[in-house]
Amino acid sequence: MSSDEVHETDVEHLIARVYERDARRIFATLVRLLGDFDLAEDALHEAFAAAVTEWPRQVPANPRAWLVSTGRFKAIDALRRRSRFDANLQRLARRIDAAPDDDREIDERQLQDDQLRLIFTCCHPALPPETQVALTLREVCGLKTEEVAAAYLTTAATIAQRIVRGKAKIRDAGIPFAVPGDDELPQRLDAVLAVVYLVFNEGYSASSGASAVRVDLSSEAIRLGRLLVQLLSDAEVQGLLALMLLHESRRTARTDAAGDLVLLEDQDRAQWDQRLIDEGRALVQQAFASGRVGAYALQAAISAVHAEAQQFAQTDWARIVSYYDLLLVATPSPVVELNRAVAVAMRDGPAAGLALVEEILERGELLGYHLAHAARADFCRRLGRVEAARAAYERALELAKQEPERRFLAKRLQELAAELP
Amino acid sequence: MRFVCLGFFDEAKFEGLEPAKAQAIMEECLAYDAELRRGGHFAGGDALQSPRESVALELKDGQVAVTNGPYAETKEQIGGILMLEARDLNHAIALMSKHPGIQFGHWELRAVNEEMNAMIAERTAAQDSPNQS
Repeated sequence: MSSDEVHETDVEHLIARVYERDARRIFATLVRLLGDFDLAEDALHEAFAAAVTEWPRQVPANPRAWLVSTGRFKAIDALRRRSRFDANLQRLARRIDAAPDDDREIDERQLQDDQLRLIFTCCHPALPPETQVALTLREVCGLKTEEVAAAYLTTAATIAQRIVRGKAKIRDAGIPFAVPGDDELPQRLDAVLAVVYLVFNEGYSASSGASAVRVDLSSEAIRLGRLLVQLLSDAEVQGLLALMLLHESRRTARTDAAGDLVLLEDQDRAQWDQRLIDEGRALVQQAFASGRVGAYALQAAISAVHAEAQQFAQTDWARIVSYYDLLLVATPSPVVELNRAVAVAMRDGPAAGLALVEEILERGELLGYHLAHAARADFCRRLGRVEAARAAYERALELAKQEPERRFLAKRLQELAAELP
Repeated sequence: MRFVCLGFFDEAKFEGLEPAKAQAIMEECLAYDAELRRGGHFAGGDALQSPRESVALELKDGQVAVTNGPYAETKEQIGGILMLEARDLNHAIALMSKHPGIQFGHWELRAVNEEMNAMIAERTAAQDSPNQS
């Protein structure tokens, strides 16, 4: 009697473990087989419910294949029952039933391909960006609608509506459940990486307001990044994961007890998570070894140089400038130019940085960007040009919107006032 | 799947082109249509007259009012439609991305509503069949 109980508990543990690890993968395969998100979701739960009653008698040799196969039969059953009233459902049931029964072939490779299909479908450019994000978190990561809503500080009804509309568009506009072909892959992959990075940044910048119920979006994004690295060998995929890990490694050091932002220069580097840094650096090396680095890998490389310096003064600015040079080629933008100017100032002194920033502003670019004026102010201050520094800080303060940044700029202005004759 | 491709074009942009250049793009469009036809993807299409010639009908105070087209002031207008036969949206995107008409404006791809069409077909069949009574 007691041995049976132990056995049952073992099976329950096994089912819980399979659910935890494989539910979303099985879901992706069911979406492919059934051609419908909602049908697949119901089938997934039916299959696990069946496992609870049947596995205690005999655990199948291949649990995942069993779950896929059972889910598919349950879906056909349900469609048949409903289809007495609806000719469309009858057709659908026949089509699914007629599909080749390759459930026994469900292997690791197949599950991975299906997951990749699911990601590309949820991040299809025909869907609005906020729908791409909601669908990815719901369908790929398996978050509950309420969890997605809480993470984005919005209502469950709003998220539910986005998800419903997204699924309807996938069905009605004919968005296929497919990985794009080689010719479109780079462009489509950009859209997927943008969704992952969007999720990460949302979690990273909102970390101060975190509450216990709030799902950690940064770790969801990192999970997605790890999944993509497993599924696709691509330098930008590795670069994005590296970038996220390296940012994440500084999470605790980047805010002080009052919740204020601590600049990289002033962070306590002992608080940086060395394990994440090592993983991030290894990924940067892999990306660079492939010889086809893009914007994510380059940003990760810059972040890795910072991570390698024990102290701010030991930062290898020459290397950082050389990565910015490449980044300007990959994604030319005045903001990248500004960041490069700051790195050049660290390497060659404030006069060199000031010349670059003034060149950008004289072209009429970044005039409304507070950080451009803040950088100019900083260079002027270091050159002893107090009056010019004051004017630039004031302009930056006019433009800055976030409270911690405004406090920082106001403090600098006060310090300057003390230096004025 | 069938997609209706709405070809929008900017009339000012079109008229600003050198006549020879405009003619060349038109020729490319026709050649590409022929290629779509050969592949079994071209299920029909029509070039439209200028939106200046369009007529709009709408209900105003219970009466049908005739005006000269409500959207004449917007920059891009529908210049033609193309019925496309494709496997799915990705296939449709791949086919229409290469259509030279995109140089005049933009394409909007709309899958046809199969459910609605099936219902219309059923009704039509019922009306056409001999009276049972």
